[in-house]
Amino acid sequence: MGVISNPALKQGAPLPPGPEQDLVLQNVGEELAERGFVLARMDQLTGWAQSGSLWPMTFGLACCAVEMMHAACSRYDMDRFGMVFRPSPRQSDVMIVAGTLTNKMAPALRKVYDQMPEPRWVISMGSCANGGGYYHYSYSVVRGCDRVVPVDIYVPGCPPTAEALIYGILQLQKKIKRTAKFRR
Amino acid sequence: MNQALLDLGDYIATTLGEAVTGSELINDELVIWAKSDTLLEVIKFLRDNQNCQFRQLVELTAVDYPSREDRFELVYCLLSLTHNQRIKIKFSTSDETPVESVTGLFSSAIWYEREVWDMYGIFFANHPDLRRMLTDYGFEGHPLRKDFPLTGYVEVRYDETQKRVVYEPVKLTQEFRNFDFSSPWEGIVNLPGDEKAEQENEEGAA
Repeated sequence: MGVISNPALKQGAPLPPGPEQDLVLQNVGEELAERGFVLARMDQLTGWAQSGSLWPMTFGLACCAVEMMHAACSRYDMDRFGMVFRPSPRQSDVMIVAGTLTNKMAPALRKVYDQMPEPRWVISMGSCANGGGYYHYSYSVVRGCDRVVPVDIYVPGCPPTAEALIYGILQLQKKIKRTAKFRR
Repeated sequence: MNQALLDLGDYIATTLGEAVTGSELINDELVIWAKSDTLLEVIKFLRDNQNCQFRQLVELTAVDYPSREDRFELVYCLLSLTHNQRIKIKFSTSDETPVESVTGLFSSAIWYEREVWDMYGIFFANHPDLRRMLTDYGFEGHPLRKDFPLTGYVEVRYDETQKRVVYEPVKLTQEFRNFDFSSPWEGIVNLPGDEKAEQENEEGAA
């Protein structure tokens, strides 16, 4: 009783708008009206909540940061996905490594990553962060930020467009919804 | 404009006499050849003389010529807003002889000389704070020297057991490759197979 049974929901995939979604919403509405509460799985609920309010750590390192700003500004507007840039690692749960990671910056990047509370994710943005890119053979550049922090999503491009970054963020949201766990 | 620069070069050369070894126009830009021991005198003159008034040190850099005995060439670029003119002062030096710092004349030289020290290893005497500027903390070597390898000596990685970023000797999965990007219609003068035609011509002549 009260448990919403839908094959698509069980797989953790979001329902596209349409008659099926309408049906689910109608069921939920009726449940609420009748009993005053709805039952759902906690892990899915947390996954939904986490993916809907990703607060990225501002970590612009190079020209990719400009595209990241474009993604955050009014045209693409990351606020639509509940993403608000935070100036502090303590308040953020995703780090967008936007730009060339140098040897000198690597310990600082790792420190900032370590300061972020769990659960946390990393988006590697652009060729330089993905694998050194143009500076792969340089004496001063880390050959991919995955040598320093564990990366969840790689966004290719030099620099990736704002659309590409938004696409990467949507992929991360899918990943969070799919792998969300409620730790006890 | 060129004539004005030439005149200025002659004026500086005659006024300073022994302190400069020559002046010439390279790509319509005036270059004064100086010597390491008279550098301060030359730059002070260029800054304070009424006919020069080069009040800004725009840039200070070096060039590495490994084949020369004095391998480095230092370049000082000055700008005179009063006369709307630019000038370069050049002289050669080696990595062992210290160069007198011009920070007493131009405070902008503090960072420029730090950068040159960092990148080339040219030591500046009487510099107030000669530390490395751009490279990593504890970096060894001077990267813009021609004998410094492109990929350097160390690379960083986060070590899960030590819980910190560690330095290791460089290990490349693929060596650096130098591609020939010249177009086959423009870059290559001798096409493969051309030598056969020459051989045939020689045989025909014989």
